[in-house]
Amino acid sequence: MDMKRDYYEDVEIFSSGAVVFWFVVLGCLLAAFPFFAENYYIYVANYIAINIIVVVGLNLLVGFTGQISLGHAGFYAVGAYGTITLMTEAHLPFLVALVLAALIAGLLGFLLGLPALRLEGPYLAIATLGFGLTITQVIGKIELLGGRQGLKAPDLMLFGRQLKTDQEFYFLAVPIAVLLVLFARNVVKTKVGRAFIAIRDADIAAETLGINLVFYKTLAFAVSAFYAGIAGGLYAFVLRFIDPELFSLFLSIMFLTMAVVGGLGSIMGPIAGALVLSWVDLELRNILSIPYLGDWLRHLSSSYFSLTGVSNIQFIVFGLILVGIMLFEPLGIYGIWIRAKKYWKTWPF
Amino acid sequence: MVNLIQMIVSGIAVGSAYALMGLGMVLIYKASEVPNFVQGEMALAPVFISYLLMNSYGAPVWVAFAGALVFAMVLGCILEFAVLRRAKDPNVLGLIIITIGLEMILLGLVSWKFGADQRSLPFPISSYDSVVIGNIFISTLDLLTLVVALVIMTILFLFFRFSKLGVAMKATQQNEIAARLMGIRTNRIKMVTWGISAMVGSVAGLLAAPVIMEPFMMWDPMLKGFAGAVVGGMTSLPGAVVGSYLVGVIEHLFGGYVSIEFKSVVAFVVIVIVLCVRPSGLLAKHYIKKV
Repeated sequence: MDMKRDYYEDVEIFSSGAVVFWFVVLGCLLAAFPFFAENYYIYVANYIAINIIVVVGLNLLVGFTGQISLGHAGFYAVGAYGTITLMTEAHLPFLVALVLAALIAGLLGFLLGLPALRLEGPYLAIATLGFGLTITQVIGKIELLGGRQGLKAPDLMLFGRQLKTDQEFYFLAVPIAVLLVLFARNVVKTKVGRAFIAIRDADIAAETLGINLVFYKTLAFAVSAFYAGIAGGLYAFVLRFIDPELFSLFLSIMFLTMAVVGGLGSIMGPIAGALVLSWVDLELRNILSIPYLGDWLRHLSSSYFSLTGVSNIQFIVFGLILVGIMLFEPLGIYGIWIRAKKYWKTWPF
Repeated sequence: MVNLIQMIVSGIAVGSAYALMGLGMVLIYKASEVPNFVQGEMALAPVFISYLLMNSYGAPVWVAFAGALVFAMVLGCILEFAVLRRAKDPNVLGLIIITIGLEMILLGLVSWKFGADQRSLPFPISSYDSVVIGNIFISTLDLLTLVVALVIMTILFLFFRFSKLGVAMKATQQNEIAARLMGIRTNRIKMVTWGISAMVGSVAGLLAAPVIMEPFMMWDPMLKGFAGAVVGGMTSLPGAVVGSYLVGVIEHLFGGYVSIEFKSVVAFVVIVIVLCVRPSGLLAKHYIKKV
């Protein structure tokens, strides 16, 4: 909406002084948050930060490069299991193990990208789905990785200090999330991002313009798998205990819906989507404790439905949110923001 | 040798259920151009409705089944009419997300109403008797599934070939604008396609229900049916059937000979390999898109 006058203005991170100011304010708010919030909300913030990382990575693949991936739970699992195994078996420090596990996930993403070069639409969806399921099943069978019983995360030592509480973990997860989001924004604004967007819009035309489809498509898969790997590694330490059942197809679908509901093709979109849907997910797990709604639901359940299945309401609410957003605003939450901004910017015309 | 034939036969029996789901998915993909993730739950809800009819209202088995099929038809029509058609400016991913949302709503409603305990559908043909042909054991339920699947495929084939509605459906799938110019009401045709697809899926569900009946039971047949449809080619009905039988047989052969743990994994690995060689599936024409 604002005119850019040269290439530097197009790629810079902060487009004006006001943006820098608000970014600094955001940074201060994020840094001060754990000091005046309860422990539960810090846990929620950690969970949201991890989901933001995954969904921003997935959005690089789905929103900017136009592919579909239903297998991101597999890369998430590789990140989680890889970090823990590298820390316990190879005795590497946490950050090294995290990056290494994410690189392994990135390599698997590259391998997934190779058959994906020829596929599109539902064929690509099935290929990625199969890939994700395969990785989870294989991890579940290997005894070194705990098999069916899962793995317990070791103590998290960072630069000699042990991170025990959620608050200390917050200061690890949120800076990583901010860094990765800025990195993604940089990627999108420069040559690689423009190549991705060209592939999404018309990939045969992009190839004729000299964009190497093989390189950029596999790069997109690898980068989004890397993001999922880092998020998985952090998730292992939020939960402290992982088992193969966690990384199901449902988790992949959750990531995809967070990306689509937030808004594909932008950086703020997946952040909004991850925020809203993660918060809804966590709140719905104890829906009966909401003051008026909980009692009404309990009454409704015991008379018409079964009481034991009340926790399945989270499916219904998710489904309603998905259908509602896609019917009324196909561009997602970010689309609503853009429409509001356009409306107010051109008011009163 | 007998073992091999036994495994192939049980693979075909299992593949029949997948084939019905795959048929439903391909029907919808050809009509509405969306891979339909609701297929499992559109099949699940009528099964639970028939359970409700049989238990709470004491209806005989055939009435309950007929009621389930009617409910499936209505459910499919309502889903298309009320939700899918209202999507403005649909791109593929948006439509997929709508179907996933519908699937979650239906799954939530069914599991809320019926709870998570397992039940089983009282069914006149038990899954524990078997019929012996030569040296091969095949349970009566599996045999019934196989026969019913073949009957339904024959009915669908005859329907598409010889009835006016079937020909209209084929015309809508091939070229929607031309069909509208010819006077076919494509909106209604799409509604009916969804209804028929839901009916076919619910037959698969009803045949799988006597063994186990829980809200998550249709995930696996739906995924395998989807995978089979993809292998066979999403735009060809015989392809869906062939692909699903292939998936079922390969699964059982692998489970029997190599390892029973990686059964479902190998199906997907085979699918990825097939898709590498023939990117649009086995029996479909590979449409190279325009720039």
